[in-house]
Amino acid sequence: MTGNPIAIREDIRAVVIGTSAGAVQALSAILPPLPADYPLPVMIVVHVPPDRRNALTELFQTRCAMAVREAEDKEPIAPGVIYFAPPDYHLLVESPAFLSLSTDEPVLHSRPSIDVLFESAADAFGEALVGVILTGANQDGAEGLRAVGEAGGLAVVENPVGAAASAMPEAALAAWPEARVMTLEEIGAYLRNLGNKR
Amino acid sequence: MRDDVEDIEIRLLLEALYQRYHYDFRRYAKASVKRRLKQAREQLGYASYSAMQDALLHDPDMLERLLGYLTVQVSEMFRDPSYFKALRETVLPHLKTYPSLKVWVAGCSEGEELYSLAILFREEGLEDRTIFYATDINPDALQAAARGIYPIDRVKLFTENHRRSGGRSSLSNYYTTGYGGAVFDKSLRERVVFSDHSLVTDAVFGEMHLISCRNVLIYFDRDLQDRAIGLFRDSLARKGFLGLGAKESLRFSAHATAFAEFERDEKIYQKREP
Repeated sequence: MTGNPIAIREDIRAVVIGTSAGAVQALSAILPPLPADYPLPVMIVVHVPPDRRNALTELFQTRCAMAVREAEDKEPIAPGVIYFAPPDYHLLVESPAFLSLSTDEPVLHSRPSIDVLFESAADAFGEALVGVILTGANQDGAEGLRAVGEAGGLAVVENPVGAAASAMPEAALAAWPEARVMTLEEIGAYLRNLGNKR
Repeated sequence: MRDDVEDIEIRLLLEALYQRYHYDFRRYAKASVKRRLKQAREQLGYASYSAMQDALLHDPDMLERLLGYLTVQVSEMFRDPSYFKALRETVLPHLKTYPSLKVWVAGCSEGEELYSLAILFREEGLEDRTIFYATDINPDALQAAARGIYPIDRVKLFTENHRRSGGRSSLSNYYTTGYGGAVFDKSLRERVVFSDHSLVTDAVFGEMHLISCRNVLIYFDRDLQDRAIGLFRDSLARKGFLGLGAKESLRFSAHATAFAEFERDEKIYQKREP
């Protein structure tokens, strides 16, 4: 798993990221270095309380070169944009062209749920997807990462040893042992390179 | 390859549901339908969607079970309190100028939004002149709405939401506890007409002053959203109001120009003069 340098796959068309406890710090290491003209869309679920205001969007708008938005229902998916799931809604990839939202039951007590985003994204993008599980305190995302891997996409997990909270990356690795284990720095560099190669 | 076959099976299952029972989910947003069908398949114990299709075509009981998975939506009373606060403070003052009012809760599911509006209209002194129409495609959901019984463990959240919406009374005035739940007062539904109505296949529902349809359109694809919004436009009285869910908007709709933003942050629109 670790060790081998990871080949940059040029067929990748989208990135999905899931994280909970420790999310702000982890995302702050990864997202701000991505350039404004990053050629891929990035969809992110962070477990947040079901409050109406998405503080994450505002925070990362000030820190990132890429455009940062809270996803709207049936919003077209555009490269160079970071989409956060709104609090209290699931974020789904409807097709490679559109996002959608739902108020279906929470999954593992979470709405938005990482599994819901990852499974729908795997369905829409198949092998052209990178799924990244970062620090977090529950099992959400494990099934989703398995779906990404089974569809032929690239599964990446933050090294649980260095993660602020290890439960989420550990569960993801247990569900999909083939996942690449990387430090935050390596994940950041990998995502940047993914953008340079096209 | 497996997923392609599954996609075909799902399309055929939805086609069977339509041809056999006239429930039309063919233009629902695919990602959510797929998720719900997967849950149904696993929990009902079918090996494939084709096997489910077979059961659906030959066993009418299967319809009820499947509809439960495809339609039932658990919501909250006064979900997004700021929406109800905006209705209270800026929409209802307009409605007070009418001698009689019609309100349509479209896709009412198990009734949380309906009871929220009935309580709001009572608190603001408008209930006596209002008829509420609560519609859904799922008969079981309509029956649950007509019973108005909710699990007691959810009432704390309802109470907090109601308070934050600017409620002028205590929510506990409107229910008694029993049957393992909070039983909402039947006087709240004396002015409610429950009706089977589909936003997908049915026609205009006339002369409404307020249509509240929250977190229903997100389950439709864009064409179907346009159909429903066109239906709302044609069902609204002159200068009538349309309230959508917090993350829904008319921005991507073909009918966007038929409406003016009335409370932009709360997704409350007003029909423009023709």
